[in-house]
Amino acid sequence: MPAPLIEMRGISKSFGAVMANEAVDLSVAPGEILGLLGENGAGKTTLMNVLFGAYAPDAGEILVQGRPATINSSADALAAGIGMVHQHFHLAPRLSVLENLLIGIPGKSGRIDRAGGRARLNEIGRQHGLTLDPDLPVSALSIGEQQRLEIVKALFRGARLLILDEPTAVLAPTEVDGLFSALRSMAAQGLGIIFISHKLNEVRALTHRCVVLRHGRVTGRVDAPASTTSSEMARLMCGHEIVPPARGPSTPGEAVLTLDGISTSRHSGMALRDVSLSVRAGEILGIAGVAGNGQRALAEVISGIRAPDAGRLTIAGKMVSRFSPREVQALGLGRIPEDRMTTGLVTNLPLADSMVLPRIGTDAFSRNGLLRPDAIRAFAEAQIKAYDIRCPGPMTRAGALSGGNLQKALLARELAFDPKVLIVSQPTRGLDIGAARFIHEKFLDMRARGCGIIVLGEDLEELLMLCDRIAVIYEGRIVGTLDSADATIARLGLMMTGAEGHS
Amino acid sequence: MSVVLEQIFQVGFLAAIIRIATPLAFATLGEMFSERAGVLNLGIEGIMLLSAMTGFTATSLSGSLWLGVLAAMLTGALMGAVHALFTVALGLSQHVCGIGVTLFSSGLAYFLYRLIFGQQSVPPSIKSFETLPIPVLSDIPVLGPAVFNQFSLVYMAMAAVPLAAFVLYRTPWGLSVRMVGENPRAADSAGVGVIATRFQAVILGGALMGLAGAFLSMVQFNAFTFGLVSGRGWVAIALVVFGRWDPWRSAGAALLFAFVDALQLRMQASGLGHIPYEAFLMLPFIFTIVAMAVMSRNAVAPSALLKPFRREER
Repeated sequence: MPAPLIEMRGISKSFGAVMANEAVDLSVAPGEILGLLGENGAGKTTLMNVLFGAYAPDAGEILVQGRPATINSSADALAAGIGMVHQHFHLAPRLSVLENLLIGIPGKSGRIDRAGGRARLNEIGRQHGLTLDPDLPVSALSIGEQQRLEIVKALFRGARLLILDEPTAVLAPTEVDGLFSALRSMAAQGLGIIFISHKLNEVRALTHRCVVLRHGRVTGRVDAPASTTSSEMARLMCGHEIVPPARGPSTPGEAVLTLDGISTSRHSGMALRDVSLSVRAGEILGIAGVAGNGQRALAEVISGIRAPDAGRLTIAGKMVSRFSPREVQALGLGRIPEDRMTTGLVTNLPLADSMVLPRIGTDAFSRNGLLRPDAIRAFAEAQIKAYDIRCPGPMTRAGALSGGNLQKALLARELAFDPKVLIVSQPTRGLDIGAARFIHEKFLDMRARGCGIIVLGEDLEELLMLCDRIAVIYEGRIVGTLDSADATIARLGLMMTGAEGHS
Repeated sequence: MSVVLEQIFQVGFLAAIIRIATPLAFATLGEMFSERAGVLNLGIEGIMLLSAMTGFTATSLSGSLWLGVLAAMLTGALMGAVHALFTVALGLSQHVCGIGVTLFSSGLAYFLYRLIFGQQSVPPSIKSFETLPIPVLSDIPVLGPAVFNQFSLVYMAMAAVPLAAFVLYRTPWGLSVRMVGENPRAADSAGVGVIATRFQAVILGGALMGLAGAFLSMVQFNAFTFGLVSGRGWVAIALVVFGRWDPWRSAGAALLFAFVDALQLRMQASGLGHIPYEAFLMLPFIFTIVAMAVMSRNAVAPSALLKPFRREER
């Protein structure tokens, strides 16, 4: 085995009383792709931030090519040949690809070296199949291209070790293939790669070796990920067996939500064009699609936020006429929005207030124009208990909760009122296996109780596991609907890129 | 109206536009550098006044005009550093700190002026800069005497615009400034010192505001009065938006404002009918409001404007 590019020895880091990392050892050899696995809060990101110089470790040392190195800033990390592609891209949308690439690079005789930048960009693009137009503003790039730019940026700075923090979370299935082939090409040329992911099948397909973290400690090392089962890895991550919930057979009833020829104007993002769909009671309908193909408009129309230009929306047999959130809610619609922090709840208010917000005007929570604080608090306390929402109490600031607990709170807030139809966008994005599992079980529960559920998502595995039928949305149209028994990831992936229509 | 039209193409009128535009151009470029780095500097009005005072005082005591200009620039840079200390290093509200800097600087200017010059019946004045005709160019008809027979500070303003554009768009430092104003986290992860770059931009901006103040007290009025700046700083903030945070457009905006201002001065002088002169005084400001309303709809501010950067927060 060649000498490691990077070695971390006995790294410990604590924030107050919380041990984020405890005596973690990790090394990456040239040409190796190392998987870093762990649930949310297991300490993966903290560990990588230590390696990238954002945090100073409390104990332990970092060796770069066998020599001890002090990495106190991202500049140090870059100088040591470490590049990082963060989960949230570090790009300036209004500047061009080239300018984003050249930031922090000393110029040539006091000027930005644009010509040199172009040449290097071309060279890197050819080497690894990562081509980009240098003159486009970053805002004109797709998410996949922005990620490509982040990778190129790291290589541009001479990175020999590349850290990717959940790179596939934002990609469509076809883009994932492109990313993987680029990563393999880099590894073949002797670069080391640390790949952080929740998705076990991806880790198994890509990595040569895995390190599993739990509660800040290394709980497992997998030397042959390809021949290790996903459930074995999940056990290492969670400390116990994770069985995916089984979707039993169901007998769907009447349609509880019907869209008939819905079209919207191009107000913001992709418009809907003649969309017809229906969900029956006791059925889960998935809407698969690459982000930005009209999912947002669809969710907004169904939630009563946006009125369509044409078409009819029927909920529980009644036609929606005025399109207001209050109207559709009164008809029995529950909604869990895509972005928990911005449209889901008010992060600066106590959790209890956020949990009653959609129904604040109902008799349950206010009377004669005055709030009923006791009722609000009691409701929140009951839900916190029922859903095992981990927080100090109902008056905690909502923004202080973790993603999984927020999602539970949002779910609790809708399910407490027994919706006839539930619309959910990206239900488990950013959640770890345990929390995702909980959410899935709740959905299947609701399905058994006769609720119709629409799940908008990009994670095809999740949709295949949950849904009875999956419709694919592409450029604002429904290009086909498959029974999940007939659907495969490959086929859905093709339909999502508009290559195949089916109805 | 024909009187007005006749006067537009007079040498004196063009020269007036250039003279009015000069302090606005300095101030607008200064504010632009600061905002491009993500820091709104509402201290501009006070910084201009204080710099006008220190520049005037230094000249009046030393007899050297350039020493006065230097003093004004240093004052501006210093107050820029104070603003950056609060908003960049400590991450406090840029609105509140900017207003604070303006109030503090104005108060300090009054106080020091009284302390140094006392209460005099005839306000002290200095021998101002003289015009410096540029050979050959100043012989061009109309344009020559108006544009090329000006004060050295005016030439500096003319040079400052392309220089600012060069620095902002062509140098690594300028790219860093734009990056920390758009996405400081991106700059940070690329190894650019966000705090340092913002400090530098705000200080440079302050120095340019100082030049604007120096022009007012040392060229335009040859004296320091308390109403010297009278809103020019606030106008510069509007002109930055109007100019979409770009040096060339900002300078253009300053020229346009100066044109309207020069026009209203002429209209006052020509005594159009019985219209009270205050009505003319309003014109440039009405123009600013209308221009802002029309032009700034598509203007996109630097994304990180007003947002302090703290590395640990996400």
